[in-house]
Amino acid sequence: MSEQGARMENRRPAKVQWSWTNPKARAIVYQVLAIAGVAFALWFFVSTARDNLARQHIASGFGFLDHTAGFGIVQTLIPYSEESSYGRVFLVGLANTLLVAVLGTIFATTLGFVIGVARLSRNWLVARLAAVYVETLRNIPLLLQLFFWYFAILRPLPVPKESLVLLPGVFLNNRGVVLPRPEFTSSTLAFVVALVVAIVGAAGLRRWARVRQLRTGEIFPAGRAGAALVVGLPLLAWIGFGAPLAFEHPTLGAFDFIGGWRLLPEFVALVFGLSLYTAAFIAEIVRAGIQSVSKGQTEAAYALGLPVGATLRLVVIPQALRVIIPPLTSQILNLTKNSSLAVAIAYPDLVSIFAGTVLNQTGQAIEVISITMAVYLVISLATSLAMNLYNARVAIVER
Amino acid sequence: MNNRFFAFIVGILVGAAALYFVMPGPAPAPKKAQSGPASAQRTVAAASTLSVVLNRGYLICGVSQGLPGFSNPDDKGRWSGIDVDFCKAVAAAVFGDASKVKYRPLNAKDRFTALQSGEIDLLSRNTTWTMSRDTSLGFDFAGIDYYDGQGFMVKKASKITSASQLNGATICTQTGTTTELNLADYFRGQNMSYKVLAFEKNEESLSAYDNGRCDAYTTDASGLHAQKLLLKNPDENIVLPEVISKEPMAPAIRQGDGQWEDIVRWTLFALINAEDLGVTSTNVDQMKTSPSPEIKRLLGTEGAFGEAMGLTKDWAFNIIKAVGNYGEIYDRNVGPKTPLNVPRGLNALWRNGGLMYAPPIR
Repeated sequence: MSEQGARMENRRPAKVQWSWTNPKARAIVYQVLAIAGVAFALWFFVSTARDNLARQHIASGFGFLDHTAGFGIVQTLIPYSEESSYGRVFLVGLANTLLVAVLGTIFATTLGFVIGVARLSRNWLVARLAAVYVETLRNIPLLLQLFFWYFAILRPLPVPKESLVLLPGVFLNNRGVVLPRPEFTSSTLAFVVALVVAIVGAAGLRRWARVRQLRTGEIFPAGRAGAALVVGLPLLAWIGFGAPLAFEHPTLGAFDFIGGWRLLPEFVALVFGLSLYTAAFIAEIVRAGIQSVSKGQTEAAYALGLPVGATLRLVVIPQALRVIIPPLTSQILNLTKNSSLAVAIAYPDLVSIFAGTVLNQTGQAIEVISITMAVYLVISLATSLAMNLYNARVAIVER
Repeated sequence: MNNRFFAFIVGILVGAAALYFVMPGPAPAPKKAQSGPASAQRTVAAASTLSVVLNRGYLICGVSQGLPGFSNPDDKGRWSGIDVDFCKAVAAAVFGDASKVKYRPLNAKDRFTALQSGEIDLLSRNTTWTMSRDTSLGFDFAGIDYYDGQGFMVKKASKITSASQLNGATICTQTGTTTELNLADYFRGQNMSYKVLAFEKNEESLSAYDNGRCDAYTTDASGLHAQKLLLKNPDENIVLPEVISKEPMAPAIRQGDGQWEDIVRWTLFALINAEDLGVTSTNVDQMKTSPSPEIKRLLGTEGAFGEAMGLTKDWAFNIIKAVGNYGEIYDRNVGPKTPLNVPRGLNALWRNGGLMYAPPIR
């Protein structure tokens, strides 16, 4: 400590007068002491854990990640078999968790905005319904809701042999939704190229229209023209080169459909439950955000002759977003962390298969739980960072 | 945005990881340097489990969250079952009073951590004795108190009569058990495909099977018989004849406390020996005057076998008086007079064609 203090003194001898009465010097001493304290506590915990594990003959270290897992997983987004390693199980679980988190975030945010705006609707019925939705869903524990949706989805559905046919080749039964699996054909490339060209073209068009509007004041319907381009060009490619995708249709086996893509009921129930629950909180945040923009702003916009849509888009929402983004970030983080309830309804997320099955088979609780905690921390920090960057963009720019 | 906070958190994480990798084996703490070789450290492990239990005044026993026949609470919260009776037997040996037990219901996932961390003194929770659990989890298993094996249950309507017809089936089970591995091994061995749905709790797993989410439900055969009774229509389900694994159920204790290990192990042997010698909870008082030297040693009227483990002479007498011998425990919990009605099979005494055999008290 004295060493570090001395080094600091050397670095800037002119600034800090070494005396106990100098608040600057005192502050440095306290900070050095605090850092040393944290470092010591860290060292103490890690070394104690290692000692105790060794004394109790409990295996430790991260070597187990290379060992063969030997158990099956019902949903794998990346190639996996029973011969894969525990490290692979970790990746499978991580991918499943991220899938739920990303889809849940998209659905919850969309639904939350709709409900939040609906709560402010002048239509009495719409506003009341939105209020009932919010008050019901955010006041019932999420775990109960997950069980409810899971068994509510599962019970009425027929067995695979009596599947409901939603569309040709799309079946619904108590094993989930079975879809034809798309496969690439020789004309896939042409279709993709057409799509990319159309998107780039639409973006260019939008830019050009904007510049022209700023210059001449004339409005060009860039949105509609862009949409026509994005739909039209790939359609031409389809007509010219043939269908971009072929479909492998699922066939009914002894127990279940074989082949095709499948949405598991566990997955659907989890995404559904998480989205509906979190949307209730987001709706309140959106409502608060919109209400924070004073009515005078809207009136001023109308007085300038802006239409309703443009008023919302250009005046109200940009100001509301400043209030909405920070608490919205918290809700997205909550949704991600709540996805760990998946284990209750057998969705194979990170906690279920890694902090569950792997932990149980290897018995290495400290390693597995620290990895799992670190993963959630990293996901949360990354989400938070992204949202903070977005927030910086929408925040008030002082001039 | 609080960049310094991010940096702080990341710093802590990196620091912890670095420490973990850098430190070679047990940390070079000054205290460590004076302590002797590994064998010496074993004996200086924390206070012995027996003295902890005696000071506390009761035994903390890890059991299941509800498995009829093994450990199951009734509507008044009273526990019963083979695993529960074993907890009572250990309490009777230690305190002379079988009621001095507190039960800690644990799910399959958390049970090992609970034992490792010292939250429980004894894990008596239909736990399979496997090599990896014995060697790398820091446990010792005291002996086998129930021979089981994994089986399947299916709906009668499915017309399935053998596990070999399960190719492509979806199977429900509980996460954190040996069943997931056995299942994978069996299907890989038979070159069949399957899908596994692993729930955290048995209740949800069974409910999902009952609702048709799975074609089959798998767990240990004894558990299948018990859980079948919990279904909506038990008679519409059958347990398939195949047993796909060996599941020797064994009480587990933390490794490194030889005295406690002896107590738990010999409690089990006393139960089996009592059945072997015909000593029951009803005749144990008369048996005290039996001329047989084996019975005398068991009941503590000759020798001081209990004292060698830090217990009293009449440790086994107390066990048998409180819970009966192994056969009585079996009959009371899973035998023919119970709804489970599991045949003795491998769990019969060695002289009756089973595997129950205990070393002599001598």
